[in-house]
Amino acid sequence: MNITNRLKSTEVTVSALAALLAAGAFLMPAWLSFLLTLALAKALVVLGVVLQMRAGLVSFGQALFYCIGGYGVGLGAQSLGIADAFALLALGTAAAVLLALICGFLLTRYREIFFAMLTLALSMILYGVLVKSSALGSTDGFNVAPPSFLGWVPEGDARKQAVYLLTVVIAAAAVIGFNRYLKSGLGRVMEAIRENEIRVDYLGLSPRRLLFANYVFAAAISALGGGLTAIASGHIDPDMAFWATSGEFVFIAILGGTGHVAAPFIGAIVFSVIRTFAIQEAPHTWQMALGLVLIALILFLPKGLWSLVSRKHTKAGNTPAAKEATA
Amino acid sequence: MTSLLAILFDGAIYASWLFLVAAGLTIIYGVMRVLNMAHGSFYAIGAYSAASLVGWYFSGNVGNPYLSYLLLIGCAVVAGSLIGVIIERGLLRFLQGKDEILMVIVTYALLLILEDVTKLVWGVDPYFAYQPYRLLGQTAVGVGLRFATYDLALIVVTAAIGLAAWFALNRTNRGRLLRAVIHDREIAVAMGVNVNVLFTVTFAIGAVLGALAGALTAPAISVTPGIGVEVIVLAFAVVVVGGLGSIGGAAIGAVLVGLTRSVAVHMAPEMELFVIYGVMFLVLAIRPQGLFGPVLARRI
Repeated sequence: MNITNRLKSTEVTVSALAALLAAGAFLMPAWLSFLLTLALAKALVVLGVVLQMRAGLVSFGQALFYCIGGYGVGLGAQSLGIADAFALLALGTAAAVLLALICGFLLTRYREIFFAMLTLALSMILYGVLVKSSALGSTDGFNVAPPSFLGWVPEGDARKQAVYLLTVVIAAAAVIGFNRYLKSGLGRVMEAIRENEIRVDYLGLSPRRLLFANYVFAAAISALGGGLTAIASGHIDPDMAFWATSGEFVFIAILGGTGHVAAPFIGAIVFSVIRTFAIQEAPHTWQMALGLVLIALILFLPKGLWSLVSRKHTKAGNTPAAKEATA
Repeated sequence: MTSLLAILFDGAIYASWLFLVAAGLTIIYGVMRVLNMAHGSFYAIGAYSAASLVGWYFSGNVGNPYLSYLLLIGCAVVAGSLIGVIIERGLLRFLQGKDEILMVIVTYALLLILEDVTKLVWGVDPYFAYQPYRLLGQTAVGVGLRFATYDLALIVVTAAIGLAAWFALNRTNRGRLLRAVIHDREIAVAMGVNVNVLFTVTFAIGAVLGALAGALTAPAISVTPGIGVEVIVLAFAVVVVGGLGSIGGAAIGAVLVGLTRSVAVHMAPEMELFVIYGVMFLVLAIRPQGLFGPVLARRI
């Protein structure tokens, strides 16, 4: 199979899965669709982490854009009086892109631990500002009014279903779009930068410029996830920017793996399901369980849950093309 | 004038606390290249064990209340070295030579685990051990300015610990070995330094320092779940400002961050958290290796 065919088959699968999830909106219980909404929104944020991990950069501050996206939606609704969900999401994402354009100039000069620390510092600066700004509710945050959808104002259960459907559609579009991005020249060169940046430099490409573009994409998709979370949960608070939130995103990124654009979605759904039950069953030990799982993953499954999927793939079709697809 | 004095003393107290928290972190990083997120948990464990032990000591009808200070230090040394050796021998040993960034994630996992361990051992109710804090009373500094003597004593204790660390590193043979490893691990190994033993000892010392910071802070605060998570990013800020792995750097970083915060608290309280991470960001932006870190060469 050539590249276009592979892209197409992925896109058909994703569309079918999305249609299935969308149809489920009318069948599944409300708690499950709410859980899936939050999980998919979170997966979008994690996708931002994964994009950078593929370039060898671990962001310990992706919560910065998650929070900007959320507060963009909240403030847009509260202060600017925007009611439309699409306009609110666009506002939050645009704010994040603007911030990323500024921070990117500086951040693309840093690698490894310094990149991690700088991103962490940036998100903690936002956290520090939000915690102390009483106009925005300090540590309590504030509630986000339910939005309208292109003039339609659903009530009750229909509102939750609308948010769920919107999230499914955006998530599917993100998977398809970013799958194309990862398979494009720009997407592939990110892996080259991770493996050996200086050689990429010698090839006549500018790693800094490429990483800059990648950083802005990651910021945009993470902000979109934050905005959807704000709309779905109806509440935002400064903890969205706290470093432990970023830690959770890194955790999910490692859980899912970085091998495919779908990996963070698998990771986020598994994470959300496990966490929901773990908090119910063992409220005082679920963090410990998370930690143990994380160490086990690093030791025994360093490429994440996705490597289980792709390994099966290789065994089924033992062709060079299939092997290449998993690489 | 009084407010300037207040800013200076508040800054010095906060800086000494910061240094206490950050010293262990920077030593571990310098020797092992592990930026230890679980350091916050060492702090929390030290605070919890000190608070519960001191609380128990004062609940009985015991003689000399001044012995409680020995208890504070003693339990920090025991708890810290115990947990440090267990973690280094039990886990980190098998991950030697991995990416620095991967080790951040591993120790993040450790932080998650230890957070729940402290909850399991000590529960979720707050612990108080204010007796050692009250015992020393207050001291007047200048006109109309009073500080808790315990806080002032903390400055002296921290300075002593800092000097001891400096002396141990620069004036003893074992310290010189450690510096050799910090400078270039491979050459040190080739010269016959037993790095494995050195790593265990270093990690234990770092953990003891973390626990000590918690134990000495416990009398001044209410010990509740989550204190470790709050502390760790502060320690990061200090260590990064000074340059990862340098004790002198951590001291300068602590003074810089402590004074800045104290100025903010007195002049513009809403800027308190902002300035701490603002300083961290500024220093990283201008000198990414920190104020005292060595410049690294590009490797192909």
